[in-house]
Amino acid sequence: MLGDREKIMATELYNKLIELIIVQAEELNEGLKIQIDVAAGENAALFGEGGVLKSIELVNLIVAVEQAVEDEFNVFLTLADEKAMSQKKSPFRTIGALAAYIEKRMQEES
Amino acid sequence: MTTSFGNDGITSHNSAPVTLITGTSRGIGRFLANHYLEQGHKVIGCSRKPADWIHPNYEHHIADVAQESDVKQVLKAVRTNHGRLDNLINNAGIAAMNHFLLTPTSVVEKVFNTNVVGTFLFCRESARLMKKNNFGRIVNFSTVAVPLKLEGEAVYAASKAAVICLTQVAAREFAEFGITVNAVGPTPIKTDLIAGVSEEKIEALLNRQAIPRFGTFEDVANVIDFFLKKESSFITGQVVMLGGV
Ligand SMILES: NC(=O)c1ccc[n+]([C@@H]2O[C@H](COP(=O)([O-])OP(=O)(O)OC[C@H]3O[C@@H](n4cnc5c(N)ncnc54)[C@H](OP(=O)(O)O)[C@@H]3O)[C@@H](O)[C@H]2O)c1
Repeated sequence: MLGDREKIMATELYNKLIELIIVQAEELNEGLKIQIDVAAGENAALFGEGGVLKSIELVNLIVAVEQAVEDEFNVFLTLADEKAMSQKKSPFRTIGALAAYIEKRMQEES
Repeated sequence: MTTSFGNDGITSHNSAPVTLITGTSRGIGRFLANHYLEQGHKVIGCSRKPADWIHPNYEHHIADVAQESDVKQVLKAVRTNHGRLDNLINNAGIAAMNHFLLTPTSVVEKVFNTNVVGTFLFCRESARLMKKNNFGRIVNFSTVAVPLKLEGEAVYAASKAAVICLTQVAAREFAEFGITVNAVGPTPIKTDLIAGVSEEKIEALLNRQAIPRFGTFEDVANVIDFFLKKESSFITGQVVMLGGV
């Protein structure tokens, strides 16, 4: 039972994170020639294969997302650490992958 | 929300510059805090122990510059209370005098954590906030002990050499955000920091300067004033050593 409840809560968090990342992506898009396809929601490609961001643009997005997470949830995350870099699949490939990664990290922190 | 200052690299002059200075409870940092308060800045300072002075435009935080969570809390307060940051002066630092052969590892760790990790953390967290306005000025603290290769100061000088390297690389990485990063290298100045160093040692050191006298707080402030000027937008990655060293 508890397992299910946890899952529902996690899903809520995931959706919240998707929203949060989209807000930041929209802001970043204003300055981008090739923009993040925010309409694609969690499937929007960010960085790496099929991604639209240059590395400095990814840096800007990560900084903005970290700050938004800090404001919203009062947790300090450093997303681009060895843990992220050592993932088989990059957590920065899509908005969904990033949200799932942040969710996982937040659960580890708490 | 923050007011917009445009992307022209000029801070708004309809509101006072926001200046963060580390190590403001005494010594050079305390002088600098008052110096910029006198110029109408809003000043945020920190140290591990409380400051025994107050000013209506000054806000003090108890923070250890080597602790990531402390640094993040300070920057969070700056963001919440002021919405922006114009200037960062990474003044907090500690020294250690000892023969190389007698220096404990714990001293090496303490000195590097305060001088290098502390400077790194404040640069990183501050630049994140500064980049929002596409403007920022960062001034780090080195020392003449680096070029003079002073005996007995291997660890201190090495940590301050690292600060120079951080400054120069950060200058390149932060340039696109309108943030300049420079460093000042003071000569001996009469503060607690050098209270334990013998008179002969200091005398010998002063004699290696082109201008053999003690430095003053004003000498340091003068260099920082120059780095902070809005006209200094083309000055970055530079290290100014005092006294002609
Ligand atoms: N005085 C000189 O001759 C000289 C020469 C060359 C360079 N410098 C450089 O100038 C800077 C200032 O030196 P100073 O002479 O003014 O030294 P000071 O009189 O010893 O003051 C140091 C200040 O830094 C704070 N501080 C030290 N460690 C800290 C930490 N871990 N976290 C937060 N605050 C910390 C101290 O407060 P708490 O102890 O309460 O934390 C104090 O406010 C240093 O970077 C130093 O290396 C000084």
